[in-house]
Amino acid sequence: MGPMIDEVQEKDKKDKNKVDSTDNKQQARKIVVAHQDADGTAKNLKMKAEGVCAWFGTKQALFDVNMTILEKEVTAIIGPSGCGKSTLIRCFNRMHETVPTSKFAGDIFLENTSIFDPRMDPVVVRRRVGMVFQKPTPFPTLSIFDNVAIGLRLNGVRDMKVLEGVVEKSLRKAALWEEVKDSLQKAGGALSGGQQQRLCIARALAIDLEVLLMDEPCSALDPISTTKIEELIHELRQNYTIIIVTHNMQQAARVSQKTAFMLNGKLVEYDATEKMFTNPENKLTEDYITGRFG
Amino acid sequence: MDYQTRRLLVDRMMVFLCGAAAVIAMIPLISLLLYVLIQGIHRLDLTFFTHLPTPVGVEGGGMGNAILGTLTLMIVASVVGLPIGIMAGIYLSEFGKKNKFAWMVRFTSDVLSGVPSIVTGIVAYTLVVRPMHGFSAFAGGIALGFMMIPIVTRTTEELVKMVPHSIREASWALGVPQWQTILAIVIRTAKNGILTGVLLSIARIAGETAPLLFTAFNNQYWPKSLNEPTASLTVQVFTYAISPFKDWQDQAWTGALVLLMLVLTINLSAKLFFKNPRSLLR
Repeated sequence: MGPMIDEVQEKDKKDKNKVDSTDNKQQARKIVVAHQDADGTAKNLKMKAEGVCAWFGTKQALFDVNMTILEKEVTAIIGPSGCGKSTLIRCFNRMHETVPTSKFAGDIFLENTSIFDPRMDPVVVRRRVGMVFQKPTPFPTLSIFDNVAIGLRLNGVRDMKVLEGVVEKSLRKAALWEEVKDSLQKAGGALSGGQQQRLCIARALAIDLEVLLMDEPCSALDPISTTKIEELIHELRQNYTIIIVTHNMQQAARVSQKTAFMLNGKLVEYDATEKMFTNPENKLTEDYITGRFG
Repeated sequence: MDYQTRRLLVDRMMVFLCGAAAVIAMIPLISLLLYVLIQGIHRLDLTFFTHLPTPVGVEGGGMGNAILGTLTLMIVASVVGLPIGIMAGIYLSEFGKKNKFAWMVRFTSDVLSGVPSIVTGIVAYTLVVRPMHGFSAFAGGIALGFMMIPIVTRTTEELVKMVPHSIREASWALGVPQWQTILAIVIRTAKNGILTGVLLSIARIAGETAPLLFTAFNNQYWPKSLNEPTASLTVQVFTYAISPFKDWQDQAWTGALVLLMLVLTINLSAKLFFKNPRSLLR
């Protein structure tokens, strides 16, 4: 369970003379050092963003973001609307460039190789770094089975036995198997919202990815489905690296080990979740978490 | 009378006028259907569908070859028109948003749909009949195919545009390349709508006469190959209708009835597909 918001507010009253560290470089170094020692256990680097800047036409959306993601951890990105969280996460699997007027600067590494390396096909990147969107988008004309199997089918896998095995495994991992195992031929669009979102997660898991990006996966769902998906994230953490963008601070506190706070396209603070919510270093972070703005 | 009552009366009167206008608009269609039905039904029997035309006065003639010919021409036209039309529609909706070239394609397609059908027929005559030194179902099919292209292009473009962008993004996020996204996901999602467009275009060309006059010409015998003049319902009805023989004129009515039934069936099945708009995307 994450820290309670009233605890934070109490701490807030005590820490009135917090020094506002405005030196970005120092901050960045501190951040990098901090989370490499976070858990006490040595965790490998999974993804790293260096000097990431992004534009939509002439409007700059991200300003020099530096971030390291450790493997098999859940990293949450929080911040007010329009701060660039979705833009940042879409850069991680090269979806940003699908927008016609987009521009990008900086680099992002997936385990030591840049994802923008000319030898790296964006399609291959997306097979290793998958994404789940805010609005559940099962392919409406395909059945549940076909929805989950589509990633494999389009990669040339034809063997029915293999497909069936993978579909069952993915649906089990997404905690949806028990609910749909008797109706796999039903259309994908006939499920409830929460089930559709879990179907999308199963679909992403079926192609055996390494990193799962989740762009506000629960904002279109009811509280019960949200709980189910949060439990799912907790289980998935053992095998996958997860980056989740969320509006809901309590959710970030509940599911993540690391949290990043973004404001106006800049990464303001990035630290262990416990620390972020109880003793943030930056005053802006504190203001956001205590609800003074956003 | 007071304002309220006057408003109510005006409202009622307008509803009545609109209803009356709708009824009046239906009169030509219904009277047409009834008239053709009455005139044509008495010669509608199995021999009509299975027998060849016979000389005037001889019993037992039919338009079997014409019906088969129309179906043949529809198939040839589809082979010519559908692939081009569907692929052009896909190009326009997927790659042609701000493109100068796409604008030209759209413009050309619109112009083509306004070309009088007899002009299309003459063009097909020059392009196909002259080099091949003869009338053929190929030529007829090509002329009709030209007419199908704009309709299919426009409908396909509209339908593919209606597929929500989130579906495409979900597919890209799974690591599916663009061309496969289009073929396997986008088209499958839009397929009901595309089918509707196809059916509507087929219904349209089934009833065309002018382009066939110089291309498929006419034929009194069963079709043996695609490379010979082919009978079609429309041209046969035309030939019989302008003839001075009562017997043939009766047959023309029956031919018209069969043609009308064919076109109506295709149109209605297309509309049934269309009736539930969500069925377009399911």
